[in-house]
Amino acid sequence: MLIEPKWKRWVYFYIPLTVFVVGTLFPFYWMLITAIRPDAELYRSWRAASNTPFWTLQPTLEHFQDLMAKTTFPQWLWNTFFIAVASTAISLFCGLLAGYALARLRFPMAGTVGTSIFVTYLVPPTLLFIPLANIIRTFRLGDTPWALILTYPTFLIPFCTWLLMGYFKTIPKELEECARIDGATRFGAMLRIIFPIAVPGILSAGIFAFTLSWNEFIYALIFLSSPERKTVPVGVVSELIRGDIYFWGQLMAGALLGSIPVALVYSFFVEYYVAGLTGSVKG
Amino acid sequence: MAQVMMKDLNKKYDEVHAVKDVNLHIRDKEFVVLVGPSGCGKSTTLRMVAGLEEITAGEITIGDRVVNDLPPKDRDIAMVFQNYALYPHMTVYDNMAFGLKMRKFPKAEIQKRVQEAAEILGIQELLKRKPRQLSGGQRQRVAVGRAIVRHPQVFLFDEPLSNLDAKLRVQMRVELKRLHDRLETTAIYVTHDQVEAMTLGDRVVVMKDGWIQQVGEPLELYGRPANKFVAGFIGSPAMNFVDVKVTDVNGALWAETQGLRVRVPPAHASRLMPYKSQQVTLGVRPEDLHPATGGDPSEYVFDAVVDVVEPLGSEVLLDVRVGQNTIVARVEPTTRVKVHENTRLALTPDRAQFFDLKTELAI
Repeated sequence: MLIEPKWKRWVYFYIPLTVFVVGTLFPFYWMLITAIRPDAELYRSWRAASNTPFWTLQPTLEHFQDLMAKTTFPQWLWNTFFIAVASTAISLFCGLLAGYALARLRFPMAGTVGTSIFVTYLVPPTLLFIPLANIIRTFRLGDTPWALILTYPTFLIPFCTWLLMGYFKTIPKELEECARIDGATRFGAMLRIIFPIAVPGILSAGIFAFTLSWNEFIYALIFLSSPERKTVPVGVVSELIRGDIYFWGQLMAGALLGSIPVALVYSFFVEYYVAGLTGSVKG
Repeated sequence: MAQVMMKDLNKKYDEVHAVKDVNLHIRDKEFVVLVGPSGCGKSTTLRMVAGLEEITAGEITIGDRVVNDLPPKDRDIAMVFQNYALYPHMTVYDNMAFGLKMRKFPKAEIQKRVQEAAEILGIQELLKRKPRQLSGGQRQRVAVGRAIVRHPQVFLFDEPLSNLDAKLRVQMRVELKRLHDRLETTAIYVTHDQVEAMTLGDRVVVMKDGWIQQVGEPLELYGRPANKFVAGFIGSPAMNFVDVKVTDVNGALWAETQGLRVRVPPAHASRLMPYKSQQVTLGVRPEDLHPATGGDPSEYVFDAVVDVVEPLGSEVLLDVRVGQNTIVARVEPTTRVKVHENTRLALTPDRAQFFDLKTELAI
């Protein structure tokens, strides 16, 4: 191997990497530091002599306590979790079957169906929420978790279908042909051979879907109205900004707690996730 | 053990007619090789037997059952794929046991059969490994093992040796042949490699553009090809073809073209009579040419200019120019010739072939 001069490695690798890492992590740091800063520090003048914007000398947990005691934050957390898990499960199930069918079965208009599923993903939620709101009202689902559990799949299913279709296409079709000769039905081969091999793809589709529904804002804002029914992103914004008063400490505490589950999910499955996106099946 | 019958078998995709009127009777315990260039329909035919492709028209019988509408799992066949198709998430043992598990064999029986197959193939110590930990040759063995544990009625091989390097391919070829002698199971083997076809097959089926060109024992195909395609496809280096005119000189037929004039061997004379004064294609295999000696009858000797000399050790290939044509001669390694040198070659008369110029059928 050719050994590069040290400065080159710094210029091309370490410095850009550091910039990137700092840029990515700084918002989280800011969130944390604001969440544990006492109100006295938060609302003093920027020009005050004792101002220390990047750290605090009197860390406090009062914002977290207020968040838990004075708002329905735990309930929001549970709502978000329940809705995200349920809509992810529905979308994964449909996405698996649809993705498999589009990748493997020969049927008339397969290409057109595949493309139209993708196109539905491109329709922005800001266009869709009006007709969807109409439907939600007709079925009397407004202000219930089901309003979101049933509308999130409208963008999650196309997403999962496409991701999984791409993954299934990387799996040699001889594997299931062999399984079918070995004694499995097409469905059996799918369950016993293709799905176990596709675990990285399924996991990354699941993680993505979970994150998308966890962070979703506009549908949640429109379809849910009672404070105790809200999800974290909507609850934090609508209940902790009153008029022009921002409860910065609680806002940031809520945002921080809200992002922890997603971070945990990612860190547990990071290897599968990478394999899922790069589609690496070795025979 | 079973015979396989294909009757008027056809396969059409939207635009492409991939397999055309294939009729083939594969006898019990026979090893039949389907060979041909890519796109000739050989793999499609095999996949129809396996049940992986629907049959557009015709009938396939395995044993005494028509299998047209049976799913692959009910046809009692086993298949080895070109890319081995080992299940990557299972160990070698589980790979081999999968078919038996699906058929609900008792555990003890599964274990016995897997052990037996592993012993035959020399892969006992690999049973606990995953496919990615195996070399190409080992994967190939596992794929074969997975097929033989099932004791199926028919083995199907789809270019199983194509992914191996040349040396290993020769070794596995011998092993497959030995295995077939031992198991005595009907086998259909698809390859594009004519050497594999010749060495493995009890009978060889040559296909082109979806049609069967000829079915026969290897030496029969080699010695009496039905048409110009088979003649050119079987044998390496390929047969030399020269377009010649048939002329009658005092009752004897001669084949002539610029720079080449040889007598039509007596064995062919009567069949070539109708072609008098017409063009036909003369086919001569490289090994049926040799440097002329005094003992060769002069009517089979002609002049040639050496273009390229390829010494292979066991033999020498001479690319020579004869008039407008370039032909290849396979001669003794002791032959000493130089490039651009004039030489005289003789052909072995009774081995020459003649083909109709239009239909390309053997005359």
